Amino acid sequence: MTEPILAVRGLKVTFPGSAGDVRAVRGVDYELRPGEVLGIVGESGSGKSASALAVTGLLPQYAQVEGSVLLDGKEIVGQDDEAMTKIRGKRIAVVFQDPLSALTPVYTIGDQISEAIRIHNDVSKEAARKRTVELLKLVGIPNAADRANAFPHEFSGGMRQRVMIAMSIANDPDVIIADEPTTALDVTIQAQVLELLRKAREVTGAAIVMITHDLSVIAGFADRVAVMYAGRIVETGTVDEVFYSPRMPYTMGLLGAIPRADETGDRPLVPIEGTPPSLLNLPPGCPFAARCPLVFDTCREVEPALIAVGSPGHQSACHLAEKIEAGGWGPTDVFPLPELAEAAVARIPREEREVVLEAKDLVRHYPLLKGAVFKRQVGAVQAVDGISFDVRDGETLGLVGESGCGKSTTLLEVLELAAPQAGRIVVLGRDTAELSASDRRALRRDVNIVFQDPMASLDPRMPVSDILAEPMRAHGLGAKEIATRVRELLRLVGLNPEHAARYPQQFSGGQRQRIGIARALALEPELLVLDEPVSALDVSIQAGVINLLEDLRARLGLSYLFVAHDLAVVRHIADRIAVMYLGKIVEIGDVTLVYERASHPYTQALLSAIPLPDPHKERARRRILLEGDLPSPADPPSGCRFRTRCPKFAALDEERRRRCLEEEPPLYGLNGADHAAACHYAAVVKVV
Amino acid sequence: MSVPSSGALETSLQPDQTEGGGPPIDETRIASRWSVVFARFRRKRLAMFGLVVVVLLFLLAFIGPYLTSWEYTDHDFNAFLQGPSTSHYFGTTQTGGDVFALTMRGMQKSLIIGILVALFSTGMAALVGAFAGYFGGWVDRSLMWFVDLLLVLPSFLIIAILSPTFKGKTWLVFVVLLAAFLWMVTARIVRGMTISLANREYVLAARFMGVPAPRIIFRHILPNISSLLIVDATINVSAAIIGETSLSFFGFGVQPPDVSLGTLIADGTGSATTYAWLFAFPAGLLVLIVLAVNLVGDGLRDALDPTSGL
Amino acid sequence: MAKFLLRRTANYVILVAVATSAAFMLASVSLKPRANFEGRNPPPPEAVVDARLTELNMNDKTPVLTRYKNWVSGVVHGDFGKTIDGNSVNAELARRVGVSLRLLLIATIIGGLLGVLAGAWGAIRQYQFSDHAVTMLSFVILSTPVFVLAVALEIAAVGVNNAVGTKVFEYTGEFTPGLQGGFWTHAGDRIQHLILPSLTLILGEIAIFSRYQRSAMLDVLGQDFVRTAQAKGLRRRTALMKHALRTALIPAVTYFAFNFGILIVGATFTEKIFGWHGMGEWLVDSVTRNDINAVAAVTCFAAVMILLAGLAADIAYAILDPRIRVS
Repeated sequence: MTEPILAVRGLKVTFPGSAGDVRAVRGVDYELRPGEVLGIVGESGSGKSASALAVTGLLPQYAQVEGSVLLDGKEIVGQDDEAMTKIRGKRIAVVFQDPLSALTPVYTIGDQISEAIRIHNDVSKEAARKRTVELLKLVGIPNAADRANAFPHEFSGGMRQRVMIAMSIANDPDVIIADEPTTALDVTIQAQVLELLRKAREVTGAAIVMITHDLSVIAGFADRVAVMYAGRIVETGTVDEVFYSPRMPYTMGLLGAIPRADETGDRPLVPIEGTPPSLLNLPPGCPFAARCPLVFDTCREVEPALIAVGSPGHQSACHLAEKIEAGGWGPTDVFPLPELAEAAVARIPREEREVVLEAKDLVRHYPLLKGAVFKRQVGAVQAVDGISFDVRDGETLGLVGESGCGKSTTLLEVLELAAPQAGRIVVLGRDTAELSASDRRALRRDVNIVFQDPMASLDPRMPVSDILAEPMRAHGLGAKEIATRVRELLRLVGLNPEHAARYPQQFSGGQRQRIGIARALALEPELLVLDEPVSALDVSIQAGVINLLEDLRARLGLSYLFVAHDLAVVRHIADRIAVMYLGKIVEIGDVTLVYERASHPYTQALLSAIPLPDPHKERARRRILLEGDLPSPADPPSGCRFRTRCPKFAALDEERRRRCLEEEPPLYGLNGADHAAACHYAAVVKVV
Repeated sequence: MSVPSSGALETSLQPDQTEGGGPPIDETRIASRWSVVFARFRRKRLAMFGLVVVVLLFLLAFIGPYLTSWEYTDHDFNAFLQGPSTSHYFGTTQTGGDVFALTMRGMQKSLIIGILVALFSTGMAALVGAFAGYFGGWVDRSLMWFVDLLLVLPSFLIIAILSPTFKGKTWLVFVVLLAAFLWMVTARIVRGMTISLANREYVLAARFMGVPAPRIIFRHILPNISSLLIVDATINVSAAIIGETSLSFFGFGVQPPDVSLGTLIADGTGSATTYAWLFAFPAGLLVLIVLAVNLVGDGLRDALDPTSGL
Repeated sequence: MAKFLLRRTANYVILVAVATSAAFMLASVSLKPRANFEGRNPPPPEAVVDARLTELNMNDKTPVLTRYKNWVSGVVHGDFGKTIDGNSVNAELARRVGVSLRLLLIATIIGGLLGVLAGAWGAIRQYQFSDHAVTMLSFVILSTPVFVLAVALEIAAVGVNNAVGTKVFEYTGEFTPGLQGGFWTHAGDRIQHLILPSLTLILGEIAIFSRYQRSAMLDVLGQDFVRTAQAKGLRRRTALMKHALRTALIPAVTYFAFNFGILIVGATFTEKIFGWHGMGEWLVDSVTRNDINAVAAVTCFAAVMILLAGLAADIAYAILDPRIRVS
């Protein structure tokens, strides 16, 4: 057995603060073998980032780090800045999460990469420059020599992350620490970047520590996994062991809470009650005790140590680990599954149901301004360029696409309840172009929105009771009625009505999102528009909110227009789905049909890029990778907008290509079912 | 998740809360927003020093005159140009006026003018900036053109030109003029912040609920930029005091027989090298007031900013 | 592009025109040039005063609008009329701008540079003694109105002069009139006169720039790209100087451009107290001497400078910040 390149023992990180010390990392042990990929998984507050940054010595100066970190046998904790500068960038490299803020805005990326090279190698500027261009080619930046003179903000998010990776492998490091490298990226770009990280590993032979909250990404990428909770590792083992035989209730809960793109949405998700504990005053015993369905007395008194269970190398920090092993329990054995209501209207076939929302050839362009001192219009961003869809009573339409596809713009257009730039919007039978101001106000009772960011969607200066009362006051309800309704609403979303006088900051993220949902329901709407309502939440909280949304829809007879980029969530919650690309709908139809019989190349690429929390499946999957970046929405390609990145286009002959170049494909119906795709040469490919 | 700074952690981590029907949470430990802000302010020594000095100077200005038997209009014909003594704490002027009484009176004037100007100008800035930023379009363009115009006019000159017209009238006119030239820069900042807030989700939510626009501005936007407004108001106090003393120094502001620190300093400048007390006391107290107010303003800004590491 | 430039320039021109006209009107209504003549001993006959005032276009018996028309017809040809002494406003303007520039150029450059360095240093050593010292000093200076500072410096200068025995520091005027001697004598004399007023301005500039730069640096210090620079292997100090400072310079330089434009009429107190006959002094004198045409000209100049200063700041920002340059 080879010696580990990185050995961490008893790592502790404490942040002193005026209200008390925050023990972010409370004793972490792991080993990293050369060339291995270790995935460290955890939700917010688990301490995963702090533990990784502690290894590099890049924590803020007031942080206290204890314990031992051996890099190839040499201790690096406690080394001074001078010694660490020789290690950083050369033996240990870091890829950070947000490449826009991680790159200096005033220097070209060529300069920044050359700098990384010249810090550790005594070479001339020209030599460093040559190597820079090589690296850029290696990471797949087109026109590398020219692009090296560009500034960070001129690149897209995916390209910037490639630049960060190029910087990190410049000096052939032994260890690469990737701190949530793909969290800020779209799914297809994420697939590209993960592929690139694999390549980086091959080229440099480096071991990778991959920190993420996304278990699915780990399934296909890592060799070993460590699950962190409240500052400690609670389960670790090979990927197969942890995913197929989790032996710690938290891991089991996480695995049960993740919606899967390859499953139909019939089974409710497994929610984990409660929230992670505060690291300021950790109660004694197991930190998961307050949320664990298997909890008994010892759990609250003694914190369990990591013990071996099952195969060697597999460890779990749970007093009941052996019992779980012996009984072969899975997530659904341990966590109770909630009962979800069934909507009455679901039994009526779709065609006979009332049309709640209809959009026909909807268009929204934004003027594009250029220049700093003198702004002038140089074109128009075609955010939404002619889309049509409808939502029937009691159904959920999922609008999916990556950033820049126009889905959020569509939402806002619908909500304005005004005449669109072109096309038509009909809400509950009323054409928005014909509404008077009072009609519009009345209609606002029936259509409402739930936003993505639970922090930004509630006014931090207003107590919850006022937040919920606001829509009712705006429509003239009386004070007594409002008070009753506020309590009713809080109960409806699973919150304690006694807490109505509190401020949003005093609630957790999941609870705030529930308040946002309650607010949207205040006036008993018919249609709810949801803009990525769970993407800002931790996985364990997400499941609870998704279940709530489904339950409410059935019980209150609502219809949803659901915008998301997480296709696994959409499969779970939507009845129908519309896939958008550069302002157009490229595929639309019943969700099962679209997922299982994806016909448009973009949908196929999108679906193949979604990671599944299933190591075997992940390893066996063939990914369809898209080339390059999204074209500018101000200047979309002629004919079919997807042709510049379409793998099918690349494989076509000259004559058939002409059709894609000249003729914009309409939505062709497929097999007479509720399924249509905008591709001249649509063909089914099974990707999930 | 990014590594938190020491200060940000306190507000983001809350005591354990359970969803739905769980055990009741300890209410007493959750602090209200303003006490948190004040606690942070207290930790900054310079800011507390400034606050104490401001309070003391206020007391001095308004209670001080009772500490001496001389009124500011009195003339002691037995004591011209005398240095500080037990009967005249700050000495006397060429005409026998008691410098202490004069300085106290001047301080009162300067302090009141400073506060009134700050209130008017900050209020004006908040209204104009918020409405311009929220409504956009021609409302924005016309308001901002007006702001630009006022910015282009040299304030000192205009007030100086107009000063003969309010000779003999109340000094309130002067307050209005000073306020009229102080609000523009803040208005632009308020406008910028309003534009970014107007796309914040809770504002959009209110709009889509049917809440009328002025209500949104007053209930959602202005309270959320209150930190900026408070800091700005404090800084405007010192700017107003300096503005007033500058104008009075050249004879354009407060007019005799009324006194302000500016007129006193002007009178004392000529003899600064020979009869130092005529200059030193009013000038020194002026610097002290402005310094203290600036320290308070700076401390408030740090206390209200959650990322400032206090 | 050209259309936009035209529109923006036209807007500026209108603003300046409105501002200057407003100043002319206000001055014509509020100031009393007649008083200057009537105060003489013996007082000249009214007809003579009237003729003189009409010649200067300052006769309060002529309706304001007529005076305005006369003035405008002159301005459109580039002539701002006559001062109350009968001299050409244009000539006076040119002379005084030169005086102000000679004072300001050195002071602002030195003050700006020192201030930026002091602020950057203070930010890097945040909350240590050196930071506190710089901060406190800046605060005290910023809390001292310029005229107090100037007088205080004057008192100190007198003290030094007395102690040393000779006039080391001159504090009246730009130079000694009627001085005999060669180039170096004159140069030395000018420098002696330059020190105190420059020092007054420099101290103020250092104070304001150090506060500004410190705050800009602090904003940047916490940014992720500083951490990335360290992750590449740069020492903390190098990372701060190379990456943080360069980024934080953007607001400082734009402010510098803005500041210079403003200062040209803003050095009023300094000029007045030290007896320099520049634009700042004229600002005050034109009002106290009831010189309406001068008031209008100074306003116009000030307005143009303010607008140019804003434009310079915008352009500097566009040049320095690549994020703005390429849309």
